[in-house]
Amino acid sequence: MSLVARVLEENGISTVVLCTARDIVETCGVARMGHSDFPLGSPCGEPHNKAQQREVVEIGFKLLETAFVPRTMVQTPFKWSKGDAWKDLVFTPEQPYQTPEIEQRWLAKKEHYRKLKAEGKV
Amino acid sequence: MASYVRYIDRTRDYYKTKGYEKPYQWAHFEDVPFTPLKKPLAQCRVTLISTSEITVRGAEHKEGDDESNVGGMYSIPSNVPVEKLYSPSHSYDRVATTLEDVDAFYPTTALHEAVKTGRIGSLAERFHGVYNAYSQRRTRERDAMEVLKRCREDGVDVAVLVPV
Repeated sequence: MSLVARVLEENGISTVVLCTARDIVETCGVARMGHSDFPLGSPCGEPHNKAQQREVVEIGFKLLETAFVPRTMVQTPFKWSKGDAWKDLVFTPEQPYQTPEIEQRWLAKKEHYRKLKAEGKV
Repeated sequence: MASYVRYIDRTRDYYKTKGYEKPYQWAHFEDVPFTPLKKPLAQCRVTLISTSEITVRGAEHKEGDDESNVGGMYSIPSNVPVEKLYSPSHSYDRVATTLEDVDAFYPTTALHEAVKTGRIGSLAERFHGVYNAYSQRRTRERDAMEVLKRCREDGVDVAVLVPV
């Protein structure tokens, strides 16, 4: 997604990235980033919290209006309502990221991609 | 308060425990392009771009070639009611959160409200989905260029990008 933002910025379109995986977006480097310290899947606020979701988008708008250099980053002030325990568990052996079924499907797709690549089709 | 999760380190360690020795090479650039806003936001046309595999109920067949993780992009009309949208993506923290509220990762309601209140000028006719691809070159040279082309066709000034 950050790669797309960069191409748009290079070509005269202003962008803001609203994200949770701050380090990944920072490493790529984007013009403007609104980071919410929330689990993957909820970059625009907690599910069903419409007021918070509006505020996250408004922070994005303010970034568009005020940033004057690239890599401008704002961390939204919100805290995950159920606490921070998820941070210790995501991507750990104690809590597999995917169910075994989804992981198998992912591995099959990966293998398919390798095959296409070997055949020069991608 | 715990600091934010370093996903690059975390996923490297996680997949190492699963036997993947070669870590994923995340995209990294020193220089970052920057386009200042050229006019007031209240006059700007805005689009939304997502990696959530956002899908319109009843219109599941999309352009693009997601099945092989090759990449690809597609567009959906920006005026699809939020009730008709869902995400079949598995790329999220399934224990901590859900994708049942589309607006939490694809803020179409907030953007439509922003038009009504005059905060932004208008929305582009199309919003866009981009599939995550193994090939960063594919994303840069094909998918991002197609997004750019469609943004230009739609007269887009501003893009809000939301990685899930």
